[in-house]
Amino acid sequence: MIELIGLVPLIPLVSSIILMVFGAKLSRLSIGVIGVGSVGIAALITAKIGAEFLINPEIYTLSLWTWMQVGSFSPGVSFYFDGLTLVMMSVITGVGFLIHLFSTEFMEEDSSYARYFSYLNMFVAAMLILVMADNLLLLYLGWEGVGVCSYLLVGFWYQNSSNGYAARKAFIVTRIGDTLMAVGLFLLFTELGTLDIQSIGDIAKNKWQVGDNMPLIVCLLILGGAVGKSAQLPLHTWLPDAMAGPTPVSALIHAATMVTAGVYLIARTHELFLLSPIAMTIVAIVGLATSLMAAFTALTQHDIKRILAYSTISQIGYMFLALGVGAWTAGIFHLMTHAFFKALLFLGSGAIIHCLHHEHNIFKMGGLRTRMPVTFWSFMIGSAALAALPMTSGFFSKDLILLQAYQAEGIGPWLWFGGLVGALLTAIYSFRLVFVVFFGQINTEPDKTTGWRMSIPLSLLCFLALLGGWIIIPVNQVFPPAIFKHPSHWIEYISIAVPIIGVIIAYLVFLGKQLNLRFFLDIAFIQKLQRFWFSGWGIDWLYDQILVKPYYNIAKSLKQEPVDNFYGFIVNVSQALNRWLSSGQSGQMRRYITSMVFGLIVVLIILAGTL
Amino acid sequence: MLEISLFYVAATVALISTIFAMTRINAIHALIYLIVSLLAVAVIFYLIGAPFVAALEIVIYAGAIMVLFVFVIMMLNLGAKGDAREKKWMSPSVWVGPALLAFILFVVLLYVISSAEGPVSTGVVGAKQVGLSLFGPYVLAVEIASMLLLAGLVGSFHLGRRYLDRYNPNELKSEQENK
Amino acid sequence: MEGLNIPLNHILLISSLLFVIGMLGLMIRRNIIFILMSLEVMLNSAALAFVAAGAHWGQPDGQIVFMLILSIAAAEVAVGLSLVLQVQRRFKSLDMDNLDGMSG
Repeated sequence: MIELIGLVPLIPLVSSIILMVFGAKLSRLSIGVIGVGSVGIAALITAKIGAEFLINPEIYTLSLWTWMQVGSFSPGVSFYFDGLTLVMMSVITGVGFLIHLFSTEFMEEDSSYARYFSYLNMFVAAMLILVMADNLLLLYLGWEGVGVCSYLLVGFWYQNSSNGYAARKAFIVTRIGDTLMAVGLFLLFTELGTLDIQSIGDIAKNKWQVGDNMPLIVCLLILGGAVGKSAQLPLHTWLPDAMAGPTPVSALIHAATMVTAGVYLIARTHELFLLSPIAMTIVAIVGLATSLMAAFTALTQHDIKRILAYSTISQIGYMFLALGVGAWTAGIFHLMTHAFFKALLFLGSGAIIHCLHHEHNIFKMGGLRTRMPVTFWSFMIGSAALAALPMTSGFFSKDLILLQAYQAEGIGPWLWFGGLVGALLTAIYSFRLVFVVFFGQINTEPDKTTGWRMSIPLSLLCFLALLGGWIIIPVNQVFPPAIFKHPSHWIEYISIAVPIIGVIIAYLVFLGKQLNLRFFLDIAFIQKLQRFWFSGWGIDWLYDQILVKPYYNIAKSLKQEPVDNFYGFIVNVSQALNRWLSSGQSGQMRRYITSMVFGLIVVLIILAGTL
Repeated sequence: MLEISLFYVAATVALISTIFAMTRINAIHALIYLIVSLLAVAVIFYLIGAPFVAALEIVIYAGAIMVLFVFVIMMLNLGAKGDAREKKWMSPSVWVGPALLAFILFVVLLYVISSAEGPVSTGVVGAKQVGLSLFGPYVLAVEIASMLLLAGLVGSFHLGRRYLDRYNPNELKSEQENK
Repeated sequence: MEGLNIPLNHILLISSLLFVIGMLGLMIRRNIIFILMSLEVMLNSAALAFVAAGAHWGQPDGQIVFMLILSIAAAEVAVGLSLVLQVQRRFKSLDMDNLDGMSG
């Protein structure tokens, strides 16, 4: 059955093409069936293959054809299937199927129904190729494919030009990361002679010592690509703006799958990263810094989707932190649980937006607990998992990360402490969202209720968010085993207590209103701080100053066509010369006489000289 | 001794009168100065032992050519208006540049002629010698000169005619109107 | 008359000075009559140089060349003045700058 693995990316791809070509002629029902059904079939095949794999874990490679042959470089279109691939495929197809089902109701009034599902299916196909790729070149194909689909889907409602700008921003910022990654791939190929993922590890271990410069450079370049795709510092600015796309798109692409591609990439090439401890430390620091920055920013936002976007950035920071300290399994585990609860939260917010006629500001909502119960419970469970309250899936994964961070050499305890602060903030902002939206006075009445196509995915994701922590992911053959030194039990107690403290703080401020922070907020410095955090720590402004403005100024000054004018200068010189020489033929006698005298002088001087 | 001082006096007169001739506004005045210059040059010719040429200079050059000039100028009837025009045309901006060029030319010529040496003349070369040479070795030059004069004669006769452009109807009309 | 004991340089100096003055007049003056007059001055100075050179060698050749120069000057003046008459008839002025038909 495992040979069917090739069908998993193929079916969504074919369905995407069918919807693209025939979409205008099909009825909404058939579009929905084709779009959702293709991903559903892919999910079923994945489940079947996964069941077989769990019983009999055996790595499988499916070579379809040789893509190109250039000298000694002949990458093939071939798929590599092991535990890590299975985890990623399950997340993509499983969560993807639920999101597709949700979309049928969310987008049912939209006019470009077929286009939506075509793009969404193409995205799923590209992402599957990315995670199943055997060599880095095919992975790069999938990488670019998901970038294109992200652009198409973020700018789905292109009639509004600001959506187009957001899509463009997303594409351009990730492009910077993609270019870094491409350079890394070039370097890797010149050094190691192959881009096959499994061979890279072996050849690199033979060629390079731990701590060499070359693996450091290659890993930093790969990190650059990962940072772009996964929206980490400094290439994270596109993700909050990418919330301009439809909410299921945000759920699928910017929560569960595409933004985790960076994490997947680093996990796949972990053998290279193990050769460069400095690179791993940088990965961890980048992850932690991003995590804290995004958490502070999420605390001040009032658009429901932007809060969740910054939350995603923050959580992926945790995954990077895990990878940076060598906790590969913990990172992938958190990837999976995050996919569950973040998709849940996004779909829940999608339900709210759908039923409140596209209201995004949380302070204009309120008291929805009574009106939208399914959504309320989705948010409660999702936020609990996000805050890592005990026994939720998020709890297991985040605690594992924090524990292994503490054990890291050198800066381990600092990383653990930063992670704790992040966890506190996560709890505060996520429950701030819950309390403001679902409790208190109703400011906007919902005019619809959620149908079965929304409620069932929400419920299934609730189930997974609660119990997903008990899943043991089968990656023990992929990664080197994690070493657990036994730290003091206080570490674990503190890690458990901090999110609970955060929830209590959020309760006191936003629900119970016992803790009135009005006096606090009136301080001018606090207001400035709030504005600073609200703008995403001013990074957008910074990029505007150092990148966008100089570019525009250069373009404006080039509008004068300086290079053309330089060559035009030659034309002007020759024309001036022509005019000057022509003026010598004015026909005026006295000028001729004068020039004759001049010539006479010259001739006489020459004659006098030669004599 | 006398001849040497006479020579320098005549040279000075020639130079000064030529300068005046070039800078006068009235054409007749300039011509008179030019005639004086020619007379001074004739004196120089006589002093260096070429009496025949001195006579020729006075008779033909000053006596015929300059008189021709005078006749034509009087025929043209320039008048006071012409004088005013000339004055306008002689502003400093006109003659500074050419004066500079002329000075440079003079300096170059000075350098070129500085290599010549020796006294200027060793005796008188009289008319008899000139005549013998003219109808001896240089008889061809005489013929050529006569042909040149013939060409000049015919040309000036033709070019001076009043109805030179009778084939141009507009000009003819204006001619008749001017009459 | 005995030979004049002046260096040849001096006469040649006078000749070149007259030539330069004539040339200056040629460049400066705008009236055609004056230009013709300057040409006469220049011809005269050349003739002086020739005669002086002939006298220096004690031969009549210089004087013969003087006669040729004289005939040239006569012919040229005759033709030139008739052209001046034509110019006066056509342009109603004796401005040299009117004669710029050969431009370009």
